[in-house]
This record gives sequence, C-alpha cells and structure tokens, in this order.
Amino acid sequence: MSGYEPVIGLEIHVQLKTRTKMFCGCELSFGDPPNIHVCPVCLGLPGALPVINARAVDFAVRIGLALGSEIAPRSLFHRKNYFYPDSPKGYQISQYDVPVCLGGELGGVRIHRVHLEEDAAKLVHIGDSGRIHGSDRSVVDYNRCGTPLVEVVTEPDLRSAEAAHEFLTLLRVTLRQLGVSDVNMDEGSLRCDANVSIRPVGSETLGTKTELKNMNSFRFLERGVRAEIERQTELLKDGGAVLQETLHYDPAAGRLTSLRSKEEAHDYRYFPEPDLVPLLVTGEMIAAARDEVPELPAVRARRFEAQFGLNEGRARDLAFRKELGDYFEAALVADGEAGAVEVSNWIPQLVERIGPDADPSQSRVTPAAIAQLAGMVVDRKVSRDAARDVLSKLVAEGGDPTAIVERDGLSVLDDGDELAAAVDRAIAADPDAAAKVAGGNVKAIGALIGPVMRETKGRADGGEVRRLICLRLGR
Amino acid sequence: MSALTELTELTAAEAVAKIRTRELDAGELFEAYRGRAAADDLNAYTWVADAAPDPLPGPDTPLAGLPLAVKDLFCTIGVPSQAGSKILQGYRPPYTATVVANLLEAGSTLLGKTNQDEFAMGSSTENSAFGPVLNPWDRRRVPGGSSGGSAAAVAAGLAPWAIGTDTGGSIRQPAALCGIVGLKPTYGACSRYGMIAFASSLDQAGPLTRDVTDSALLLARMVGHDPRDSTSIAMPEPIRTPTAADLRGIRLGVPEELLGGADEGAGIEPGVRESFEQALKLAEGLGATVDTCRLPHAPHALSAYYLIAPAEASANLARFDGVRYGLRVGGDSDLVTMYGRTRGEGFGAEVKRRIMLGTYALSSGYYDAYYGTALKVRTKIAEDFKAVFSEFDFVVTPTSPWTAFELGSKTDDPLAMYLNDFCTVPMPLAGIPAISIPSGLSDGLPVGFQLAGPAFSENRMLNAAYALERAIGFDAAAARA
Repeated sequence: MSGYEPVIGLEIHVQLKTRTKMFCGCELSFGDPPNIHVCPVCLGLPGALPVINARAVDFAVRIGLALGSEIAPRSLFHRKNYFYPDSPKGYQISQYDVPVCLGGELGGVRIHRVHLEEDAAKLVHIGDSGRIHGSDRSVVDYNRCGTPLVEVVTEPDLRSAEAAHEFLTLLRVTLRQLGVSDVNMDEGSLRCDANVSIRPVGSETLGTKTELKNMNSFRFLERGVRAEIERQTELLKDGGAVLQETLHYDPAAGRLTSLRSKEEAHDYRYFPEPDLVPLLVTGEMIAAARDEVPELPAVRARRFEAQFGLNEGRARDLAFRKELGDYFEAALVADGEAGAVEVSNWIPQLVERIGPDADPSQSRVTPAAIAQLAGMVVDRKVSRDAARDVLSKLVAEGGDPTAIVERDGLSVLDDGDELAAAVDRAIAADPDAAAKVAGGNVKAIGALIGPVMRETKGRADGGEVRRLICLRLGR
Repeated sequence: MSALTELTELTAAEAVAKIRTRELDAGELFEAYRGRAAADDLNAYTWVADAAPDPLPGPDTPLAGLPLAVKDLFCTIGVPSQAGSKILQGYRPPYTATVVANLLEAGSTLLGKTNQDEFAMGSSTENSAFGPVLNPWDRRRVPGGSSGGSAAAVAAGLAPWAIGTDTGGSIRQPAALCGIVGLKPTYGACSRYGMIAFASSLDQAGPLTRDVTDSALLLARMVGHDPRDSTSIAMPEPIRTPTAADLRGIRLGVPEELLGGADEGAGIEPGVRESFEQALKLAEGLGATVDTCRLPHAPHALSAYYLIAPAEASANLARFDGVRYGLRVGGDSDLVTMYGRTRGEGFGAEVKRRIMLGTYALSSGYYDAYYGTALKVRTKIAEDFKAVFSEFDFVVTPTSPWTAFELGSKTDDPLAMYLNDFCTVPMPLAGIPAISIPSGLSDGLPVGFQLAGPAFSENRMLNAAYALERAIGFDAAAARA
C-alpha cells in the first residue's frame, strides 16, 4: 500500500425483526403497498407521542451481550433534528451520549457502541436518475418509518477493505443467529457506512476521514472502501490533502461523489427527548436476554476447530451458517465424533447438490445417512468417486447409503485379480503413456488411471489403482 | 332573566346534580349553551358544534352529558384542531386526545373548540391566527393567554366549563384575568397524547371552571396514566370533591423573591397586591398561618423557561413542514423553498421568534451556555420548592402581576409580555400543581390568587382553594350578563 495504512471504522444499521415499530403499534413490513402501516405516531401527526417498544430493547440488549458490551442500566433517547420529508417529525429519535450498549468486541474488532433509534421513511424519486437531484418529483412511503434500528459503531480497527468485508460478514451471521434481524442488505435490513482514512505506516495519529454512504452490498462495501483508499492515497502522494466530507458511492460508475463537506455538515441540535422517560434496563431484563443468546458463530467455529480438528475455513463455513453447523453436529451424534473431519468434507458436497441456500435438514439426506457414507469412505468400503454418486442418489431418493451401494453394486473393487486385470488392460492399451511413466514421467499416470476407473465404473479406489500401475511399471 | 339564561347560571356541579335528579334535561342545557356559543362575540370559539351528539350520554354518567369547551390544540377526531395557527387551518385530525376521550367517556359532550395563542405561545390570546379574544369584563382588554378562549368562554357563560393547557401559566393567568378558576395539575397527571405540543416537558392539561368544585369534578375525569404517554403517571389517589370549611393548620408561604417591591420582580400592580393581601388576611381568619419563604432561584425561572420551552418548541414545530398535512405554500418549487414559504406564511411572529430562540439555544457551541444552563436552573428551582414544602403546605402568590391589559398594549414588547408569567413559570419548571382562584376586583377587573403545592397534592390544594373561595365570595355574574 505504498507506505500508507488504511484505517477503517464501520457504522452498521440493523433493522430489528420486531413485530411492531420502535415507538408505535404499526406492524413492520417489506414490499407492501405504500403507506398502509401508518398511524398518528409514525406519521408525526400533531399531538402524537412515542412509546418505547420493549421487544426492541430486548433485542438491543441481546446484541450487546453477544458483542460483549456493557449494558447501561439507564440510557437516554435524544432528538436529532433535521428537515427532510423522510423524517415526519422533523427529528429522529435516537440515542446520543448515553447509549444502551457500550464497548465490546467481535472478531478482533472493538465495538464502540450500540444504540437504538428509529428508521426513516422511504423516499421514491420519480425521474431518470432515481436520486433527488434531477428528479421530477418525490413521493414518500411511511411504511418503513419508525422501524426499530440498532446502530453498531466499531472502533477504527479495520486495516483493509477485505477486513471490513470479513467483519461485516461475521456481524451479519452473528445477528442472524441471534434472531434479531433479517440482516438482508438487498432489502436494507442491514446497511453499512464506512469511515475511511489513511496514514503513513507506523504513524499513530489518524488522518482526515471521509464517510462513505450507500454501500448496499458486501461487494459494494469492499469496492467502495478500496476505491476510497486509492483516491486518498493518490491525493496524498500528489501532495494534496483529504477533505473531511460525506461521500456517496455510485456502484454503477464505481465512483464516489461528495454529498456534503464539513462546512455543510448538519447541526443536529441533539437534546434529550422530553416525550420519553429514561430507558431502564434491569438485571432481570439482562438475564432474560442472556437466555436468548445462543452459541454464536465465532465461538462455534473455534469449538469446531478445537473439538473436531476441522481446519479454520471449514469450521467457519459450517459455524457461520447455523443450519449447516446444526446438521454437522447432528451427523456426529448419529455416528460418533471420530470421523468428524470426513463428515465435514461431505457437507459442502451436499450443499453443492441441494443448492447454496437450502437447509440440508430439509433434504432427503438424513444426518445419519451422511455420517454413514463418510464412515464407509473412511473404512474404504466405497471409493470417494462412488460415494459422490451415492450422495447424488441420496439427494434424489433418500434412503440408506449401505443399501444403495449394495443395490447398485458400488462397493469398492477389492478383488485383487479383477483390478490387476483392468490395470494390465489399460497399460496394454496405451503403451506410450506406460513408457512415459516407466521412464519417470509420473504425470502421465493419469492417462492410465482414467481407463481403469471407467472400466470399474468408479468402484476402484484411485490410490490403489495408482499403486498397482506404479508396481507394474517398476516405479 | 329568561329560563335559558337561568340554565347557564348553574355551575357545572349544580347542573350535573339537576340532570341526575331529572330536573334538568342535558339536551336542553346543551342547546342553551350552544346558542350562546354560536352567538359568541368575544371570538372565544374557533368552532361550535352544530347540534348535540345523538344520543346524549345518559343522565347517570359521571358528567351527565354536560357540554365542554375544548382548547383548539386538543386533537378531536373530525373536528378542526388548529392550535390557533394558520399552518393548521382546517386541519381535522383522525384521532382524539386522551384527555378529551376520557371526558367524553365520562359523559361530556363537545360544545366547541376555543381560541388560543398560536401553539399556546402567548399571554394574551392576541397571537391567534383567528384573531384576538376579548375579555368579557371589558371588551377592550385581553382575556390573558394562551387558553384565553377557554377562560373567556367560561367567564362569559358561553360554556359551563372548559379545558386548556398550561406550559408557563396558560391556564392560571387567563383564569385570573377572566375571574374564574384554573388549575394546572402535577406534570404527568393528565396524558399529553393528542395535545398539539408546545413544550413537551412543561405542557399539562387542566380545567378552567367557574368555581373550585367544578375544577375538582372535571379534573377527576381528566387524570390517569395513559399507555400512549410515557410521561403520564397514575394519581396516587382519586380527585375528590373539596369540602374543607377552614384552613386550620395550613401553612402558607409567600416567596419574597416573587413579591418584592415595585422595583423588584415583575412589578406587581398595587391593586393586585391589595387584593392578594386581603386574601391572605381571609386565609388567616380561616386558621392558616402566613409567612414569607425563600425561592432563591425563582427570579431566574423566566430566563430558564424562555430557553427550555422554545428549545423544545423548535423541535416540536418542525413537523409542520407542508409535506403531509396543513398549509403548503410553493409546492411546485424545490423542497427548501417549499419549507421556507410554508413556514414563513404559516407561522405568526411570536412562534417564529420562539423557534429561532430555541434553535439558537440548542445550536452546537451554544447548547451548554444556554439550554444546559437552563436545565441546571430548572433543577435548582425544583430543589427550592422541595425545601419550602418541608416547612409550608402551599406557596401563594398573585397569579399575574397585572389585571387584564388593553388589547395591543404589549404586543410590541415581547419582554413585557413575558413578565406576565413571572409568578406562574416556576411551578411547571418544577412539575408541581398550582391553582388560580379569583381574589376580588381591582378597578373592576378580576385579580387571581395562586396556590402551589407539592407534586400530587391536588386534593389538599383543592380543599384549601375551596375554603378560601367561600371566604372570598367572588361574584362573577357581571361577566356573564
């Protein structure tokens, strides 16, 4: 990075999956006809007052516990004042100097704070650009207005766009496992802004930061942050200075455009919301929330490594998707932990066959079946190739792997004579390749293994075939 | 005196009693008041019902179908609720304020909506977009404000009783200037849900009535915790009809900071001071002890109030932006232009002044010096009252330093106008209840006497006010003629 080190902090907005809105009884919705989930409170009608949603508080406390935050026994809501049609009261009710959760850590990234607030309405700009500039007119849909939001703010601990991506992934799976949000970036239930600055490697002081908005997918987050790091690096290299400003990432053009500079920054005139009393979180509320916090993905991944000897990547793949981890552990229960690594090898195979988003426990392949199949591979009762075939059959028709192997004659070819004969035939059929292998060109062995496998319809064990060929050709 | 006039000479409590014994028909009473309200020449009403509701609440409901005048800023479903502002001209809300709903539930009937200072910002009801209200004692004079329409309507017999709101004195001061009773309850006693907000941490609904008994009767049906208002609290005991015959054992404190000489404080008019002192003598005659007390921070209450209330108002009034309801001007222009034109034309001068004051007080770099300091003063004032109430039952003051002043006489001097609230502002800052009762006339104009007590002391306060009221024997019939 040419002598500069990026410093990145994230601000993540998470829509909570409560039944009703943050300060009124309207139901949450997505994709419904506009302005049907509204009432005097979320429309900001004169005289209407907010009342805190207890479930949203419970969810925020769960998130705080999951991130190892300190839960404030007493926190405050403030009014954040700004004029815009997405804000029907002319202010957003948000937490300011005393948030409900303070501090914490996830995946090595320190958490600064977690606070509760309400979502804004959705503006639809009618016109070519889809943005307010240059639009013919704008209409407002208040269905989203007042949806409970939690904002998670990290410390500036991230050092690359990839690390930002990785952290957001971990946060997403953690929140999903908590059951507090759909965490869907496409639908806006997970949104991420990034504060980006760069500094000379070795420097301890922070450079001037810019705030990146509108990175509404994991890909765009990584691209946007990378583009901004490059932009800032070029600026500094050319002797320029980074301006503190808010930038809008345009994914189509891959460009960042300035929304406003520091001088144009809003003065939100925060002050304590007089329509609400302080939010008190009792020990009982914390205990109840703690009961609802399951084993979290990062913890489970570490356990998979330690307990079952899985490698880091495989452990994460299984632990970060609850249904995969659950399926994996169910298979181990069915067949003991000894073959855990082999069982874990077969789950990605299964996912490949049932589709990336399907839940394996909903497939025809029972955890016991996949455990049995893995066991047969370990015991060399079926070749790896044949086992893949068996798995496809299990996906299609279910049932018992042993029975399928028997029925379809897929058990490993361990009759030495039959295999030896097949090897001899293959060598005889391709003398060129045989000569090469005999002459020391081991790479050529593939040309001989292939026909053997074909002839035995995959029932032969590849390793054994290789061993026999080498033996025969004196290597 | 015609039969219809006799009907409207009854206090609300008397009328309820007669309806209950079937001596009086609630429909007939409603028509009598409706007729008077429709012929209102004080500009007290901004809307009057066409007819009594059908069916009327039964004679055995707690409030027996009695008509009620409601300050414009209470939302009433389908009925104009404009808070005295052009920006809400013609606005008919889709829901009813909890306090009004409580009263309707108890058997009240909505007679009309009363005029007020725009968004309750004012002390004379001259800041209404719908014109000023005249004082029935002298039509060249103001009725006080901001609940001036409610006060004038009750005083003039255009309603048996009314409700209003008090933020810095907006019930008590017009009650004083119109010669009626006005009570501001403990903060939180009445739900604010559906009250178009001025300053959320100060606003409280309360009754404006002909006598103390009526205030108790009406308040009893207004109070209660409302799940829609997090700041509302259940009263520790129900509001009871006052019965005290004397003031034996009652210790009244006269704060020297509020009653200083003519060169101090708000400069209390001699006639007001005289009436106040006569009332104190009557109180002593009833067995009360009267002594001076200290509210050291009370002189700063007005400054703190005029930072806190505008600060909250600057946010509360941000929703009037022309986007969803009410006035919209320049809808074809860009957003900022539309905002500017709508609010520029929709708000009156006093409202704009306070929005600017409040916006400034909350601004980055000024917050601590203004809003932050005001909050500290507010805490000090509450502590002052707490200390006083360890030695006294009630703090007493004249409600307003002056009697009703002439229309237009203070409109060019906002600071002089603000001084009206000198004696009424400390109580809402402390969240405590206070009542104003008429103590007599000065130059033919009513003078108000204020009692303030600790939080939730409404029953004791009503009893004390009741005993004193009977001793004073104020006759307000002239205003209803």
